[in-house]
Amino acid sequence: MAVEMRIALRNYGKVDPNKIEDYLSRGGYEALKKALTMDRAELIDQVKKSKLKGRGGASFNCGQKWSFAYNVDADQKYVICNADEGEPGTYKDRLIMEGDPHTLIEGMAIAAYAVGATEGIVYLRGEYPELVELLRQAVAQAEAKELLGNFKLSVHIGAGAYVCGEETALIESLEGQRGEPRFKPPYPPVSGLWGKPTIVNNVETLAVIPEIILKGADWFSSIGDPEFPGTKVLTLSGDVKNRTFFEVPTDVTLRDVVFELGGGIRSDKKFKAVQVGGTSGAFIPESQLDTTIGHTKMALIGATLGSGAVFVLDDSRDLVDINFQITKFFEHESCGKCTPCREGTMRMRELVEKVNCGQGKAADLDLITKLARVMSTASLCGLGQTATAPVTSTLKHFSTEYAAKLKE
Amino acid sequence: MGYKEILQNYADSPSNLLEAFHAIQDEYSYLPEEAIIAAADCFGVPAAEAFGVATFYSMFSIRKRGKNVIRICESAPCHIDGAADVVAALEKELGIKMGESTPDGNFALEFAQCVGQCQATPVLTINRKPYLNVTPASVPTILAEYR
Ligand SMILES: Cc1cc2nc3c(=O)[nH]c(=O)nc-3n(C[C@H](O)[C@H](O)[C@H](O)COP(=O)(O)O)c2cc1C
Ligand code: SF4
Ligand code: FES
Repeated sequence: MAVEMRIALRNYGKVDPNKIEDYLSRGGYEALKKALTMDRAELIDQVKKSKLKGRGGASFNCGQKWSFAYNVDADQKYVICNADEGEPGTYKDRLIMEGDPHTLIEGMAIAAYAVGATEGIVYLRGEYPELVELLRQAVAQAEAKELLGNFKLSVHIGAGAYVCGEETALIESLEGQRGEPRFKPPYPPVSGLWGKPTIVNNVETLAVIPEIILKGADWFSSIGDPEFPGTKVLTLSGDVKNRTFFEVPTDVTLRDVVFELGGGIRSDKKFKAVQVGGTSGAFIPESQLDTTIGHTKMALIGATLGSGAVFVLDDSRDLVDINFQITKFFEHESCGKCTPCREGTMRMRELVEKVNCGQGKAADLDLITKLARVMSTASLCGLGQTATAPVTSTLKHFSTEYAAKLKE
Repeated sequence: MGYKEILQNYADSPSNLLEAFHAIQDEYSYLPEEAIIAAADCFGVPAAEAFGVATFYSMFSIRKRGKNVIRICESAPCHIDGAADVVAALEKELGIKMGESTPDGNFALEFAQCVGQCQATPVLTINRKPYLNVTPASVPTILAEYR
């Protein structure tokens, strides 16, 4: 039996996001006060020991990332919150921010103290205009109560580019440039915004930090899957009965997510597939639904947890057509900086479109597989590297759907 | 407010370029060529760079377009839930095709990718305000707010 456990969303629906008093009355900013009494190295060590891994998709150890920035000497360092949330099917960061903006601010202030930064920036996607004011108001309230010390926090908005969720593209965008990813290394914790050490963390990652500081690393690391501990906010969409969100320990199975929490398929149809982690995630068949959602376990079946988007499809859905739509997405969102992705996403769309309209041959499927290999190996950033996962996973698990559309 | 005045509010850091463009669009609905050149001046970057930014982001338009920008999400969750039917209803109701503006300059019609409201598909936004669970039948009512 899968039960919810709310850490990132602990105050969702319980506080008025417009009132800092509500947040304070539920223990808000106590974690920041505690953190400020701690030695910075020790604080980072606690976060490392909690084994908190990034909730933005790449699943990197959060404390470790902080320690890289901590270890660099610089006159200025930055903490950036990645609130670009562009992965289709994902709306968790919006929920956290609209329900409890102060948890994000507190998490950022703790991160800033830990690495020695005095400036923080929330990079908020342009699609969430109502959150700009809410966040700015929350910052002003925290400043008025002198909770943030010398930490300055501002909110910047994007303008509709999926690739800007990639951390170096996000930094370029913040510098007033086109959002094209940078070559790495150097990584942002060493050289990020304006060439200074920069931590980029996802909204959900930062939202759990205050609880880890208050309740301890051991408390957090004992929740869920030991390899990817804690909870994850999942957002459900598609043909599932309960199209809503849940925060669950990372050891729940996909089956429980879809059939228990999600309530199963909406109509009287049957389950066909679930795509987890957003539009760059793999499609998972019924036979693999007993996998638990932690990043490491998902990787074993060639899938990812990613952003926590859960897109459910019933057996009337046409996976080739859905993949055609997905290839259009990547062709549109490719920034064009590197050839494997710029040309690859276009050719991939052409090939899948050809199969989708009944003009494809068996050789086209081989070409798709080959092109996917090139793109995933040779693309500069995660966009081109993962763009092919939906097509390759459906070719693997649902090959008959493609075969049925081929021209004799 | 004219674009020159708008730009003055943002001139202190090149980080503000995107926000300045948003503010200009709130006024003009698109980014006029002179405004982009003025922005380049204001932030001390080559005009080519300012145009590069203006053309990179999907919310910015360097072509004149209708005042109320309707964007319909075509990402997979909206796609399987009937986004194409909503597109057809919008095109019929407005008498234009996707990517076009109405002759009276009141509406522009565009595709968008996921706008983060996938619990209530299909979704469209008008001037960045989301409308949820849109059906072909609800299109005229939604548009009436802007007529
Ligand atoms: C194409 C692309 C899009 C991404 N979009 C997002 C996003 O919308 N939000 C996010 O937090 N991370 C996104 N990421 C991951 C970021 O690059 C980065 O790993 C993350 O913000 C780090 O924060 P975390 O360690 O707290 O997860 C994206 C990565 C790629 C390659
Ligand atoms: S992989 Fe795609 S999005 Fe990433 S840098 Fe290359 S072209 Fe740009
Ligand atoms: S897929 Fe349309 S709003 Fe997310």
